Formats: sequence, structure tokens, C-alpha cells
Amino acid sequence: MSDTFHLDGVEVKFEHGQTVLQAALAAGKYIPHLCYHPEFKPHGSCKLCTVKIGSRTAASCTMPAETGLEIESGIEELNALRRTLVQMLFAEGNHFCPSCEKSGNCMLQALGYDLEVHTAGFRHQYPDRPLDASHPDILLDFNRCILCELCVRASGEVDGKNVFALSGRGATKHLIVNAASGQLKDTDIALGDKAMQVCPVGVILKKRIGFSIPIGERRYDQRPISAQALDDAPRKPAGAKP
Amino acid sequence: MIDTTNTKSLETAAHPENLRRVAIEPVSRVEGHGKVTLLLDESNRVQQVRLHIVEFRGFEKFIQGRPYWEAPVMVQRLCGICPVSHHIAASKAMDMIVGATLTPTAEKVRRLMHYGQMLQSHALHFFHLCSPDSLFGFDSDVAKRNIVGVVAAYPDIAKQGVLLRKYGQEVIRVTAGKRVHGTGSIPGGVNKNVSLEERDYLLKDIDQMVEWSKAAVGIARQLFEQNLDLYNNFGTFKAHTLNLVRADGAMDLYHGGLRARDMDGKTLFDHYDYSHYWDEIFEDVKNWSYMKFPFLRRLGPDDGWYRVGPLSRVTQCDFIPTPLANQARKAFMAFNGGSATGATLGFHWARMIEMLHAAELIRELLHDPDLQGNELVNIGQRQERGVGVIEAPRGTLIHHYKVDEHDQITRCNLIVSTTHNNQAMNEAIRVVALQYFDGREITEGLLNHIEVAIRAFDPCLSCATHALGKMPLEVEVLDAAGERLSSLSRSSDGTFSALA
Ligand code: SF4
Ligand code: FES
Repeated sequence: MSDTFHLDGVEVKFEHGQTVLQAALAAGKYIPHLCYHPEFKPHGSCKLCTVKIGSRTAASCTMPAETGLEIESGIEELNALRRTLVQMLFAEGNHFCPSCEKSGNCMLQALGYDLEVHTAGFRHQYPDRPLDASHPDILLDFNRCILCELCVRASGEVDGKNVFALSGRGATKHLIVNAASGQLKDTDIALGDKAMQVCPVGVILKKRIGFSIPIGERRYDQRPISAQALDDAPRKPAGAKP
Repeated sequence: MIDTTNTKSLETAAHPENLRRVAIEPVSRVEGHGKVTLLLDESNRVQQVRLHIVEFRGFEKFIQGRPYWEAPVMVQRLCGICPVSHHIAASKAMDMIVGATLTPTAEKVRRLMHYGQMLQSHALHFFHLCSPDSLFGFDSDVAKRNIVGVVAAYPDIAKQGVLLRKYGQEVIRVTAGKRVHGTGSIPGGVNKNVSLEERDYLLKDIDQMVEWSKAAVGIARQLFEQNLDLYNNFGTFKAHTLNLVRADGAMDLYHGGLRARDMDGKTLFDHYDYSHYWDEIFEDVKNWSYMKFPFLRRLGPDDGWYRVGPLSRVTQCDFIPTPLANQARKAFMAFNGGSATGATLGFHWARMIEMLHAAELIRELLHDPDLQGNELVNIGQRQERGVGVIEAPRGTLIHHYKVDEHDQITRCNLIVSTTHNNQAMNEAIRVVALQYFDGREITEGLLNHIEVAIRAFDPCLSCATHALGKMPLEVEVLDAAGERLSSLSRSSDGTFSALA
């Protein structure tokens, strides 16, 4: 028999070792999230997945599931905070959705739609971040980086290459390329790498793809992110017997 | 009779210090931020007239460093009225960059998109932006002289205008994916074809659109006929012309060679390969406007300015390759000994002939099975430089890029239709100022005459300044010392209120 907790009043079963977010997604209950990826160890930086347990708040992607917890997620109080977080991410980088090739496939944009973020909320900072187009097949557009570290984790843990790293702290934190020149062309990144697949926004791009997928056929044109995240969720915790 | 041939002296007044300044700012029912200033002496005689562009945001700079495949989508931010024109012109430039020869499907889907744009833009201009002037008169009651007034007085015409525009936007949606900020056209081709279902959806209403467009040509003709004297002369001046034509001399809005004729109809160059347009066309700058002044190199900066757009295209092509529009063109050319072909207000009639042409072309294309083809993109040898030219609703549109070995845009030059017409618009308002202003007290109706002349060109100042945005209108009358004598403000719905 498995253990259970309550999410917005509904009973959710979980297996030992699952986090609240993993258990919720496996049970078909969506909690908004951005820096969590089912194939990687939770990182807990974006705080979109924040839930309430009594008067406490916690990031559900890092919080272990426990029997008897009474958890709130889909409440206006939390969604208002999530909207603010999304607005801050939009304001902090240069996200021009209409002319971004990741439009329709971008998690940040999809979350914005799903949470009904209709206004800018903050003054845009318009940072000046030149592209790295040095690699013949891969383009880096740092303007859109939300510092989720997924590429860092993928390149290190899966590809064994450590192509990316975060540098600086606080407001100066930014993504760097691990090469003496600082340029992507001087790394051993390859198109087939895991790091090429994980960026939730439009930073790490295969060149010359651009807008070749028509509007209507892009990932989030079909179904909202809240539905797609449930499809992607593993139904059993890693290592569990089927 | 006032001599309107010598307008050159009105570009710069001899003694501006003693003159009264009237500013029309910005010009309404025109996209973007423009301003007209008149300098008047103490007896209200006009000494200087200028159409200025007072704001500039450098798009050419903004796009530097961006990957080339982004350009066709990115450039749509230039303009809220004709984004598709920029989308297609940039795509054509990028076709050159990627060394593409388009597949029949790709070219036809793009053409369909372009004709949809032509239809919606011309409909918007004629029915929405210009009908208040043409149906009510240039100095009619300002409270009525707006689209709300048109809907009240001529509900059927207003409704047709709305539906024609909507149809054009639907053609755009089907081909580009969205009504605005679509992505359909990409370097080397398109990202989708037109399914049978989409085709049938568009076929449903196309006959009606052709009918209404035909009727619109009739309205434009009637307006000209009924006010023959006014329409023949209002802001009329002689100009050289520039436009694309097909190899056989036919009107072609999507592709062709450049044809330039002088003001007496003599051919200056013909079927000119636009991929090195800079050998024939150059841009001058003047210190009083952010909008550049293009000119034909062989005639020099002073005399080489020219006019682009519907009037040039309709009069300078040898024929229009669809039957109804060609018939309409013949009638236009023959009318009253050809008087409409050189008239500033002849623009409206020519524009409606083009709208009819676009509707006919859409009908033709919808029956073409190539639209359902699956070969969408064709890429060849990469090039460093790309030039894309189309005939946009407002006239010739030039996009020019250089792309480096990392796929980044290093240089961009745009010559948009309105910029080509910069000097011509200045000429038109100078003529109008001489015709109507000299010695008379300034009224709103008189000021609107200036705007009517500018609107005939359907300028898009937001494109021309490579900036975005619209502003409400403000008219200021200042005395020679710069003191404000009176001022009016106009909201976007056309209503006036006095400023404190
Ligand atoms: S590049 Fe993408 S995956 Fe990497 S840290 Fe930035 S947003 Fe995350
Ligand atoms: S998903 Fe939990 S903090 Fe980002």
C-alpha cells in the first residue's frame, strides 16, 4: 500500500523517494514548474512550483512527499505569485515572443499563457547580451536565458562534457561556455548532445531551423503546458519496479 | 491662376525668422509619427512647407548580429499595417542568402499571402482612412469626417470595406499561420502549403470579393468624375516613376525588374536587375527630417526624386494580367484624355484597380493545385549578400542584407515605399499649400487639405522611420516669436478638442 498526501483537497498517492511535484504529476495533478525536468535531479531555483503547507511555502520539486501533508497549489494567492515570477523573468531578459523562433515551443511563454500573464508588470531591463554564433551548427542566444541550469546539468551529467556553467552571483549571474576563448566553437558540444534538448527557452538552438515549423504544429499550439507536463511525467519513481 | 510649378523655393524659406509657424503634428490617419510645418508671413502667404519625420528608431542597427533566418519574422515589427510586405521582402533577400530557387508551391503560397496583404491594405486605406475625406469633402464637418460618420451615412460601403479587409486577413492567416506576426515565409520557401480544406474555405467568398472590388473601382471613378476639376488638380505635380514590372511588361506585385520613367514618360531604365539597385538608386539626407530622400543616380539628388505606388504601377505597366483589372486600367488610362494618370488623387482610383487585380489573382491561385504541393523549401549555395524587392501596397520595397560566415546579419538597409515617396509627398503638400493657403486664414478644414494630399500616398510613416507606434494629432499655430496662438488636438477617432 502506498502513502498519500492531499493536494488541493484531493488525495495523491506517492512512492517513497518521490518529491511532491513528481508524485503530483505522476498522479495527473499539474503544478506549474519551469526548472524541473523529469530526467534530472531537482534544482529548485525558479520557484514556480511553490506550494503551501499550512502557513509555510516550499518548492514542491525539491520537497520530499510525506504522508498526511495538506498541500495547496491551485489557489489564487500562489498563482498571483507565480505570475509575478514569470513577469520578472520576462523583464530580466530580452524575450520578444513574436520574433523568437522558440515561440510555441517555449516553456516560459507557455507558462505565461497558462497562468494568464497579460501584462509586463515590470519595466524591461533590455540587457545587452551578444550572441555566440561561433559554432557552425549551434547558436547561443543568451538574451533568453533564465538560469535554470538544465543545460549545465545535461552537459555534465549526461554528455560528460561540461560545456556550460553559471558564473557570477545575484543579478550578475549568467551562463558561460567552458572554453579558454569563451566561445562555443572551442568546445566539443555536438548536435546529438542532451544539452541540445533541454533548454526550456530559446537559448541553445540548432542553426538554420528558425521558423520551419508552422504555427499550429508547434508543441504548445496543440495543448497547453499543463496537459503536456502530465504526459511527460514518469509514472513510477526512478528505480521502482514496474 | 496660381503657379504651382515652382515648389522648390518652398523647401526652405528665405527669411524664416519673421514667419509664423503652423505645425500639423502628427498627421492623422497615417501610420507612424510625422509632422507638417508651414511658415507663413504676416499676410498668411506660405513661405515654407515641409513634411518631417520627427522620430527615428534604428531598425537596421537593431537587427545587426541577429541570425538571418530570424529576419523575415523580426522585420514585421516595423509596421502594424503591412507587416506581410516586410515578411516577404526579407524572405526574398534571404532566398538569395541561402541560394534558393523557389519551388512552385513556395512561390505560389507566398504570392497568395502577398495578394491577401494587398487586398486588406488597399481596402483599409480606401474605405477606412480615405472615405471620410472623399465621401464628405475635405473641409466637411470634422465631427462627421471619420469612419464612424461613414458607417452612419453609407453603411453598405463601410461594411464591404470591413469584409474585404477581413478576407485579406484570412488569406494571410491561412498562408502565414496568423493574421499578424505570421511565420509562413522562410528563407528558401514557406513552412506550410494550403490544404484543400483551407482552399475551400477561401474559395467560398472570393467571388463576392471580386464583385465588391469591382464596385469599389466604380466608386473611385465616380468620385473622380463628379469632382473632375478638384481631382485633376488637387496637389497634382509631375514626377518620375519607379516600379517593378514582369519580363513582358505586365504588372507584377511580387517580382520583376525595375522600370523607371521620367516625368514625360521617357524610359530611363527597364527590367533592371534589382540585386544591385544601388547603382541606380541612392539616398540623400536632409538635416530637417529623419526620413531619407532617395533619388535616381543618373538624374542627381535635386531632380532625381520619383514617385512609387499604385499610381505609378498602374500607369507604367504595359498591361495588367487579369481581365477585370486590365479592363479597369484601360478605362482609367483613357479617362478624360488621361488626366487621372498624373493626378495625386488618381492614386485612389489606381489603388482600387490594384485591389481588383489582387482579388482576381487570389481567385486564380486558389484553383491552382500547386498550392497543395509538398515541396516547400529549396536551398542552394550560401551567399553573402541578399536583396529582396517587392511591390508592397504603398510601392516598391527594398530589403538588403549582408550575412557573415556565422550566419549573423552584419548590415541591413531598407528603403520602404514611403521613403521613396518622401520628396513626392513634399511636392504634393507644397502644391496644395500654394493652391489653398496663400493669404487665407488657417482653419481645420484647410489643414485637412494638406493631410488629404499626404494620405493620397497612403504613407506609412512607421515603416519609414523604421519605428513603431501611432500618436494622437496635435495642430499648433505659433507666431513668429514661437508663442502658441492656438492649438487643437485630435484623438484617433477624428474628434477635435481645443487645448488649454
Ligand atoms: S541556456 Fe537554457 S537550459 Fe541553460 S541555463 Fe539558460 S535557460 Fe537554462
Ligand atoms: S520547478 Fe521547482 S523551483 Fe523550479
